Amino acid sequence: MLVFRYDETFEGLLTAVFDAFALKKWPEQVLSRHDVVPLFTSEEYIVFTDDKKAERVSTAMKKRLPNIALNQLTYVWFSELPERSSLIFRYLIKLFKTKKDISTNFADPDVLAVKQLAKKVSNERHYLMMFVRFNAIENQGEKVYFATVEPRYNVLPLVVAFFKDRFADQKWAIFDTKRQFGYYFDLKQLDLVTLDEQADLLFDGAINQNYLSAEERQFQKLWYHYCQALTIKERINPKLQRQFMPKRFWKHLPETWHKTFDN
Amino acid sequence: MKDSTIKKLEILAESAKYDVSCASSGTSRSNIKGGIGSAHGWGICHSFTGDGRCVALLKIMLTNFCLFDCAYCINRKSNDIPRAAFSPKELTELTIEFYRRNYIEGLFLSSGIIKNPDHTMERMLRVIKDLRTVHHFNGYIHMKTIPGASRELVYQAGLYADRLSVNLEIPTEANLKRLAPDKDHQSIYSPMRHIQQHLLENKEERKKYRHAPKFAAAGQSTQIIVGATDESDKQILELSSKLYKRPSMKRVYYSGFIPVNSYDKRLPVVQDVPRKRENRLYQADWLLRFYQFEVNEIVNDDYQELDLDMDPKLAWAIRNPQFFPVDINRASYEKILRVPGIGLKSAKLIVTARQHGRLNIDALKRIGVVLKRAQFFIICAGMRTFKMQEASADYIRLSLQEPIPLIETAQPQQLTMLL
Ligand code: SF4
Repeated sequence: MLVFRYDETFEGLLTAVFDAFALKKWPEQVLSRHDVVPLFTSEEYIVFTDDKKAERVSTAMKKRLPNIALNQLTYVWFSELPERSSLIFRYLIKLFKTKKDISTNFADPDVLAVKQLAKKVSNERHYLMMFVRFNAIENQGEKVYFATVEPRYNVLPLVVAFFKDRFADQKWAIFDTKRQFGYYFDLKQLDLVTLDEQADLLFDGAINQNYLSAEERQFQKLWYHYCQALTIKERINPKLQRQFMPKRFWKHLPETWHKTFDN
Repeated sequence: MKDSTIKKLEILAESAKYDVSCASSGTSRSNIKGGIGSAHGWGICHSFTGDGRCVALLKIMLTNFCLFDCAYCINRKSNDIPRAAFSPKELTELTIEFYRRNYIEGLFLSSGIIKNPDHTMERMLRVIKDLRTVHHFNGYIHMKTIPGASRELVYQAGLYADRLSVNLEIPTEANLKRLAPDKDHQSIYSPMRHIQQHLLENKEERKKYRHAPKFAAAGQSTQIIVGATDESDKQILELSSKLYKRPSMKRVYYSGFIPVNSYDKRLPVVQDVPRKRENRLYQADWLLRFYQFEVNEIVNDDYQELDLDMDPKLAWAIRNPQFFPVDINRASYEKILRVPGIGLKSAKLIVTARQHGRLNIDALKRIGVVLKRAQFFIICAGMRTFKMQEASADYIRLSLQEPIPLIETAQPQQLTMLL
C-alpha cells in the first residue's frame, strides 16, 4: 500500500495532487506527517509543499469547479477531521482525471461524502450564528461585547464576516477556547487575537462572570425570564429542546441557567 | 433596569406566547453604514423554549390591556390576569440591548386594543419607527396589524416593518362572530387587502424610483386556530390555498387550540392540544407551497379530514395508484417530488445526479431517499419489479402508518416535517 505524507497545510495537499499526476502514483491514503503508519504500508512518499505547484492546482480547480463545490471543499478542510486529507485528495484526482464537472455526481461516494461533511461543518457554523452570546465587559474604560465558543469544527474563521456585518457599531470579540484563538473587531477592522494565559478573563472555558457589570447580569436575567415566560407549560418537551439546542452549548446560554436565576 | 422590568417583561411575553409565527425569514439586508444589524435570508433561531419552539424574535406585546373579549384569547377583557404596558422607549431599548448580545434577530410586536384600533397602531408605530430612525436598527421587524386599523396607518407600518400580519384566527365568519363578538371578517380582510395593495403599488413605485422606500419586503402572514370551532380540514385548507393565491401572503400558521379560558361555554372541552392534526395541516400546507399539489388533491368532498395515521402525501399516493410507478431515471422532477419518501432535497439531488449515470437503490439510499416508503412507488436501475403491484393498498397502509402507542402518554409528539 502506498501512502503520501504531507505537512497538513492546504498548499501541501494541493502539492500532493500535483505530485501524484507528475509521478503517476496513486496513493491509497494521504496522511499528515505525524499520523501513525498504517499496517501493510509498503511505500511512503513525502510531499514537500511547493507554493508554485499548489498555485497551479488551485487555478485549475477554480476553473473546473462551480463556486458551490469550491466552498464545500473549503468547509471540508475546516472540519479538521483526519479523513479530510484523503477525501479532498481523491476528489481532486477524480476531477482532473475525468475532465468533467463531477461536483453534482452524487452517486459517487466521494462526491457525496464531500457534500455531507461540508453540510456538517456548515451546520456547526450556523450553530455559532445562533448561539454566540455576547457579554458586555469593561476593557480599559471601553465597552466590549465578548463571547467564547468551542465549536466542533474550526468554523470561527468561516463565520466572523457575518458578525462583522451585523454588529458593525459595537466593539466585539469572539474567542475559541478549544483552539485558543479569536477575533477582535474594533469598529474598523477584524484582528486575529490570542489571550494572555495569565489573564483570568476566562474561567472553565467560559467568560469569568466576575468581569461582568451589574447591568450585564440584569440583561442575562431578563433574557432568562423572558424565555421562561415564553414556554408553553402544556407542551413542555425537553427532548425536543435539546435536539434543537444541544447541551454542549448551554454553558454559554443564560436562558438555560436555572440554578443561577431561579430563586 | 429594575426588577419591575422583569415582571413587566414576563407578563407581556406570557401574553404574546400563543402566537405561533416566529419566522424571521424573507428579507436579506446587509448592515447600513453606522447602523446596527442585518436581516439574514432564512432567519436564525437563537434559542429554543422548553416546549421546543424556536425563539428568533423578541415576541412581545406592547400592552396586554384589551377592550375586546375574544373567547379564545388569554388577554380578553373579561379575564382576571395581571396587566402591564411598556412605554415605546422602554421597548425599543430592550430590543436593542437584546440584539447587541445576539439573543434575537429582531422584534415581533403585537398589542391588545386600547381606546381604539388606530390609537393602538399609533403607539406600536412609535416603537418600530424609533428603532429604524433613532437607533438605525437594521434587524428584522414583524408587526401585527390591528383589526380595523386605517389604511394610512397600515401603510406607515409597512415602511418600517419587514413583515405585517393580521390574524384570521377563526376560519368561518359565523364562528368568528360567535367567539369574537367585537370582530368580523371585514375588519380582518380589509387590512390584509391594504397590505396587498400597498405592496403592489410599492413595487411599481420602486420600478420608477429606485430609492423609494420598501414596503413590508417580507410580505404578510396570518394564523388560524385549529380545533376551537368545528371547521373541517377541507374548509381550513381551501381557505389557506385561497390566501396563498395573493402574492403577498407568505405563510399561514396553524395553532392547535389551547384552552386558556376553559370555563367558556362557547368553547369545546378538550383534553389535549390537537397536536397531530396541527402537524398534518402543516404537512398539507407544505404540499401546497412546495410540492405543487392542488388543494382538492389533498382534501375534497370524499376526504374532508386529513388522515391522522399517515402524512397527506402518503395518503394521496395510496389513493392514486394509477400515478405510479415513477421511474427515478426518467420521470420529471414534478413526478419525483410526489413520491412518498422523497423530499425536496433528494428530488433535486436525483435529477442532477442522474445526468452522470443511471441511479440504483444504493445511490438513492446515499442521496437520502427513505426507501422504506419510496420502495412501493418507484422503479430504478437494478430493481426488478414494481412493488406496489404486488402489495395491496392495505398492506402499504399497514406497513407505513405510524405505530399506535400502547399507552397514551401526556408526552407531546414532536413536530416532524414530511419527507
Ligand atoms: S383583540 Fe386580540 S388581544 Fe384583544 S382579546 Fe381579541 S385576540 Fe385577544
